[in-house]
Amino acid sequence: MEITVDVNGTSHTHDVEPRTLLVHFIRDIAGLTGTNIGCDTSSCGACTVHLDGEAVKSCTVLAVQADGQRVTTIEGLAATRADGADGMHPMQEAFMNCHALQCGYCTPGMVMASVSLLDEIPNPTEAQVREGLEGNLCRCTGYHNIVKAVLAVAGGER
Amino acid sequence: MIPVAFDYQRPTSVDEALALLEEHGDEAKLLAGGHSLLPMMKLRLAYPSVVVDVGRLSDLSYVDDSGDQLAIGALTRHRDVEIHPLVAEHAPLLAAATGHVGDPQVRHRGTLGGALAHADAAGDHPSALLALGGSVVVRSAQGGERVIEADDLFTGFLESSLEPTEMIIEIRIPKHTGQGWNFQKFNRRAQDWAIVGVSAQRVDGGARVALVNMHPTPIRAVAVEEALADGADAATAAELAGDGMEPSADLNAGVDYRTHLARVLTRRALQAAGID
Ligand SMILES: Cc1cc2nc3c(=O)[nH]c(=O)nc-3n(C[C@H](O)[C@H](O)[C@H](O)COP(=O)(O)OP(=O)(O)OC[C@H]3O[C@@H](n4cnc5c(N)ncnc54)[C@H](O)[C@@H]3O)c2cc1C
Ligand code: FES
Ligand code: FES
Repeated sequence: MEITVDVNGTSHTHDVEPRTLLVHFIRDIAGLTGTNIGCDTSSCGACTVHLDGEAVKSCTVLAVQADGQRVTTIEGLAATRADGADGMHPMQEAFMNCHALQCGYCTPGMVMASVSLLDEIPNPTEAQVREGLEGNLCRCTGYHNIVKAVLAVAGGER
Repeated sequence: MIPVAFDYQRPTSVDEALALLEEHGDEAKLLAGGHSLLPMMKLRLAYPSVVVDVGRLSDLSYVDDSGDQLAIGALTRHRDVEIHPLVAEHAPLLAAATGHVGDPQVRHRGTLGGALAHADAAGDHPSALLALGGSVVVRSAQGGERVIEADDLFTGFLESSLEPTEMIIEIRIPKHTGQGWNFQKFNRRAQDWAIVGVSAQRVDGGARVALVNMHPTPIRAVAVEEALADGADAATAAELAGDGMEPSADLNAGVDYRTHLARVLTRRALQAAGID
């Protein structure tokens, strides 16, 4: 089936099997390998991207379900900066500054989930950040610095 | 992991979707949010030859006030149910149960109709529907429309009383404005399914109580409800949670521990709902 998906502002039209997962479309067809596959069973959140602006696990969405929709991956996040300036997205900067990553495997999904979280709750409490990231596993950091990074973007630590 | 190959259809109206179900019978499966069906297809526990994607039928995404009930479109996503002001006002138990489902990514995709059609005893929504005394409106191409009460919806392990040609169109929830309620969910890790859960809703003369993961089907704790109606206090009635149920044993909990959890959580739920 021929589908067209806008990935990070670029339109990708391809003939795919209906059973193709969105994450495979992103990685293998659009060639954007920033989105990782961790568990492949919708448990870890490593594959989190934005589908029409909302965080979803792309291992549990069919590419055909994204036909005609807009996908943002970690590679396209910087371009969504509110101020339109060059450089990384504030969430990426905060992850760097707060040492919110070690091996980095969970990071693309964690950053995408964090941005979606702040879209929905612009001024979260620490507990809301922890709950809001419950779908994303990190085996390295122990989460504390990730939570700090999200709170820093939300307007400073509290 | 990818599913077995299938034919993909994306109808643009409910009528077209129903016609496809009529044509393909039990070879076909509706795809709503896909957050129960796709994991099962990836594990090859389900392998429909035709997938009918109704996820874009946005006319079926709404929460309306219809007098003494709320009417919720079957394709309303969990996130939209969770934060809707009408649900918060008239059926806060449903909002709370929905907010406990999976994680934000799951709640962005999953739909209320899908969760109820899936009829999972471990699901949070079926218990809320049972406790709230709700119903679902189903439609088929040949049979027209009928209403199934929550008490008649869940018939077996992952089985509902829907025919393969039927689709849930709307969920109806009687308003429980200002009445005590509580939702309890016990799990080991943040995003997990309930090991045991409890939906409690106060109603005139007592409470309706339904348990998660205590039986092959979502189930009402009838013995608890009857004890309350007969004047028992919450602690005494809660001891009857689990009566007449056949919980399974799994990695998380054996039968004795599940039954213990059901009693403790039911007591907490009843007390938090304002029943002493
Ligand atoms: C990681 C993860 C964690 C989860 N955690 C929880 C949890 O903690 N608690 C919980 O309750 N749930 C949980 N879920 C399940 C989630 O709530 C699902 O979204 C829901 O069970 C199914 O809804 P859906 O719209 O995704 O349905 P689908 O997966 O699209 O469909 C499920 C079934 O219902 C049928 N169907 C769908 N819509 C209709 C309709 N309108 N009429 C008739 N049949 C229909 C389909 O054919 C299919 O058989 C989790 C899921 C995942 C992936
Ligand atoms: S790879 Fe999708 S959630 Fe783990
Ligand atoms: S930084 Fe290694 S998994 Fe999170």
